[in-house]
Formats: sequence, structure tokens, C-alpha cells
Amino acid sequence: MLAFILRRLLQSVIVMLAVALVAFALFRFVGDPIASMVGQEATLAERMELRDALGLNDPFVMQFYNFLTRAVVGDFGISYRLQQPVMELILSRLPATLELALVSGIAAFVFGVGFGVYTALRRGGWASSSIMTVSLIGVSLPTFLIGVLLIWAFAVELQWLPSFGRGEVVNLGGWWRTGFLTESGRMSLILPAITLGLYQMTLIMRLVRAEMLEVLRADYIKFARARGLSNRAVHFGHALKNTLVPVITITGLQLGSIIAFSIITETVFQWPGVGALFINSVRFVDVPVMAAYLMLIALVFVVINLIVDLLYYMVDPRLRLDRSAAGH
Amino acid sequence: MSETQKPRPVGRFGRAWDSDIAYSFRSSPVAVVAAVVSVIIILAAIFAPLIAPYDPFNPASLNLMDGFTPPMEPNAFTGNVYWLGTDNQGRDVFSTILYGARISLFVGFAAVLFAMVLGISLGLIAGYRGGWVDSLLMRVADVQLTFPSILLALLIFGVARGFIPPAYREAMAIWVLIVAIGLSEWVQYARVVRGATMVEKNKEYVQAARVIGAHPVKILLRHILPNVMGPVLVIATIGLALAIIAEATLSFLGVGVPPTQPSLGTLIRIGQQYLFSGEWWILLFPSITLLALALSVNLLGDWLRDALNPRLR
Repeated sequence: MLAFILRRLLQSVIVMLAVALVAFALFRFVGDPIASMVGQEATLAERMELRDALGLNDPFVMQFYNFLTRAVVGDFGISYRLQQPVMELILSRLPATLELALVSGIAAFVFGVGFGVYTALRRGGWASSSIMTVSLIGVSLPTFLIGVLLIWAFAVELQWLPSFGRGEVVNLGGWWRTGFLTESGRMSLILPAITLGLYQMTLIMRLVRAEMLEVLRADYIKFARARGLSNRAVHFGHALKNTLVPVITITGLQLGSIIAFSIITETVFQWPGVGALFINSVRFVDVPVMAAYLMLIALVFVVINLIVDLLYYMVDPRLRLDRSAAGH
Repeated sequence: MSETQKPRPVGRFGRAWDSDIAYSFRSSPVAVVAAVVSVIIILAAIFAPLIAPYDPFNPASLNLMDGFTPPMEPNAFTGNVYWLGTDNQGRDVFSTILYGARISLFVGFAAVLFAMVLGISLGLIAGYRGGWVDSLLMRVADVQLTFPSILLALLIFGVARGFIPPAYREAMAIWVLIVAIGLSEWVQYARVVRGATMVEKNKEYVQAARVIGAHPVKILLRHILPNVMGPVLVIATIGLALAIIAEATLSFLGVGVPPTQPSLGTLIRIGQQYLFSGEWWILLFPSITLLALALSVNLLGDWLRDALNPRLR
């Protein structure tokens, strides 16, 4: 057990180091960091001085070490484009992304499980088959196209919902500004949340449907029916409960994807979050922001996967057996 | 019993028509429709210069007075009629879609080819050699699989763009894009090929080849590769749809192909700007084309996977 945790932790650290190396290489080799910091009239001597002061003449390993120690405390320098500390920029935009991810994640889970159970129980009905057909289109449709088409339908043609921005936000003290508390904030959340959550919803729905169909054939379901339990108790108390373990795992793993795909949704809806910040930094080759985002997203994925792996290891004893049998 | 037996088909085409896979294809209406739609779009893209009524990239053929013409209606100033209307600069939307599909498909096919060559080579080596090469490659693959491929393509593209000197960024963009999408998808091929190679390498025909002293490269390419190609084809078909979507997404985000060579994603990006002023056709027709292309290639891939799966026969 301990060996497994240690190996898994080591692997995560190696991944983070590799990503850090890429981020550091971006810093070091894309353009001249000095040229992007000083004005045109700086003399050569001043430049050399700054170069020394910033440690750019140190050996490579030393520089990488310095980069790492600064990255650990969240110091990624100053954005070339916006002239603000990168961490401040990211923190001020993080609430927007997290609120969007939270709402679409919950919506995807609730509607995914709901539709999944419905289509499994009413197999062959016209409502079920139309839900399945729509879900097939939902899987093949690119995220940005869903967003654009939603804007066209609900913002331009029907004019029900706003098409961009977060609406009015309320400061909760500190750096967290929320859109949950105002009418316009909640209205602006609807279309982006649908766009971001639709793919995950279809995924969860198909999974729940497949698992339900599998479970409903099991012997303990027949036994529950034989005991004369109501349909409701059989379907929700016995069948659904047993499908939820894999569903929750998949949803957990998808959390990272939701945060990652918010890049696309935020660009479509001009949502002032971290993803939109990253896309603009790619467009203008704003290296400090790119490097910080790279490390942030890698951290999110590594942590989520680590947690899921460890939970699996604890829950499923077969994994432990497999490993010792394979003799790794 | 010879009366009940069908006559043996003649010629290569006849034998192909009579095969199991062709029968499964003919009996699946979804697959036939998907194949017809894909072939029409691919042919239209290949022969775009012959089919397109206008050359959208020749400034001499453009007339700004033709701008914002609705579909199938005569323009208010010039009286010209365009099937699918025109955009802000008077470019025929139908022609730009043909040329856009050409770029989308080129990037898609090239990225899949790149991912295939890389994945198959690494998979063959990992499966045949085993040992530390194998464990290293598979660890890298495990790590890469935890990231969604579109995100990975975006990150690789962003990083690679940073390393290219600004003067070459526009010219190199399309190749960087192909490499980025290819690198984000090689893992699937490598895993499948590695698994199949590990099974095949212990079979008698491979041992026989080894006994007669064939070079390992020859064994891999001539003997093992043809036997692991089935699943690779399935992944490649679904991978094509993924690559087209990835390219469209990146171009839509404004970090893909340069605006001088608009792909379907770029066209949708341009169309979105005119959505609020009521010019819906600039957005809608490229979107429908992209949707039809991605959906039909996807369905074709699904069908191929089921058709080649012996357990479903």
C-alpha cells in the first residue's frame, strides 16, 4: 500500500517537473526576457546589470531551481501584455471559471443521471429514442459550435438571454467576485453552463443508461421484485444506487476536463475567466501567463488523477491483487 | 448442393463486393448515408477550384458592393445572386466553404497520418522490444491520456508557437497545427499496436521469420504490421473526426490557421461577428458543413468498429 502511494506520488512529481521544465524553457528561450522588460533607451551596461540581478547569467540548473522555488509560492513574474503580476491576474479571474465549472458540472450530473435513468427504464419509447439521437449529435458537435448556435437561437433570435460577459457581479470581500447573487449574473450563466456541460451530460447519460440496463438484469433485482417491492424502490433504491459508483468516478475525472474546456466556452461567451486569459496570452505570446496556466492546469489534472487512483486502490481490492500477480 | 451456391465473383472489385465487410456496409443504412456525405464533402474539397463559382482568394474577383448579399436573393446594388449569400467583403459563401473544407480536411488527414506513423512505430518498437523502452513509452502514454486531446493540442500549439520566431509564425502555423494535433493523438495508436504486437510476436509465423534470419525491421513491417492494421483503421477514422474538430476549435479560438487561409473553424469565427447584425448565413452554412463532416466521419468510424469486432458478428 505504502509502496503504491509512494510510486504514484513520485510519478505525479515527475509529471509536474516535466511541465515545469517546459514552462521554464518558454521563459528562457522565447524572446529575450530583458528586452521585454526594459525600455528602448536602456544602455547595454544597464541591461547587463539587470541580467545579473535577475540571475540570467547563472547556470541552467540553478536558474531552473530558482524558477521552481518561485513557482511553488505562486510567483510567475509580471505579464508582458497587461503589466500586472501573473498570480494576481489569475486569482482575479479564477472565481468566474470556478463558478461556471461548478454550475455546469452539477447540471451535467443531475440531467445526465435523470435522462440516463429515464432512457434505461423507458427503452424503445419515442421520448427515449429522441433523447438518444440528440445525445449522439451532442457528442459529435464541437463545443464552440454548440455555444455559437445557442447564442444564435436564444440571444439573437429569441432575445431571452444575454450572449456575453458575467452580468453584474457582487464582491464577496477579498478577491472573490460572484455572479450568483444578481439577476443578470444568473441569466448570463445559463448559456455558458449548457455549452460547457452538454458533452459531459451526454457522457454521464450514456454511462448511466448502460449501467442501469446491466444492473436491471442482475439476480438481486429479480429477487427484489419477487419480494414485492414497488417499482420505485427497485429502480431507485436498488438499481440506481449500484450504478452510481462508476458514474461518480467518471464525473470526478471529468472535473478536470470541464475546467480545461472552459477555455473554449469562455472565448465564445467572452466570459472573464482564466481560460480566456490563457487564449489571449497564446495569441500575444505572453509567456509568463502561458507558463503559469500550464502549471496550474497540470496541477489540477495531476491532483484529480492522484485522488481517483488512490480511492480506487482503497475501494477495489482486485487492483492490489493484479499488481502483485504481475510482479512489477 | 451446387445450385444453392452463388457463383464465385470475378475480379478484385467483385470479390470486395462479396466480402463480409461489404455486406455489413450495405445492410447498414446509417453507414451508407454517412459514407455518401463524407465522400461528397471530400470530393468537393479536392475539386474546389473546379466547382467553386468564384475564387474567394483573388481580390480582383471581389466586389465590395456585393457584400452581405442574403442567400438566393439578388443583391440590392449589383443584382448578383449567390446560392448561399456573401460575407462582408463580397466573397461567395459557397466558394469559401469549399476552400475552407479543403484546409480543414488537409489538416485533419495530415494530423492523423502523423499520429498514425508516430504511434505505430513507437507501438511496434515497444511491443516487440519490451523492457525499459516499453515501460517508458507506456508511462508517457498513461500520463498523456489523462489530459483531453483538444486541450493538449492547444497547449502544444501555444508552446510551439512561442518557440518560433515571429517572422515565421504565420507561414509555419498550419504545419505546427498538424504536429500539435498529431502529437495529441498518437497514444491511441501506440497502445493498440503495442498490445497486438505482443500477441503476434509469439506466433509461429513470426518465429519462423526469425529463424530464417529476417531483420527485425522487416519482421515488424512485413509480417506484424499487416496483422495489427484492423484496429488501427478504426482509430484512424474516429481520429479523423477528432482532428477535424480540434483544428476547427483552434481556428475558431483564433490560434489555428492564419486568416489568409480560412478553414471551416475560421469561417465560423468570422460568421459569429455578423450574427448580431442579422447576417445569419455567414455563420450557419459553414457550421452545417462542419457538423455534417464531423458527424458522418464519426458514424463511419462507429460502424467500422462494430463491423471489425468479431465478438459482435
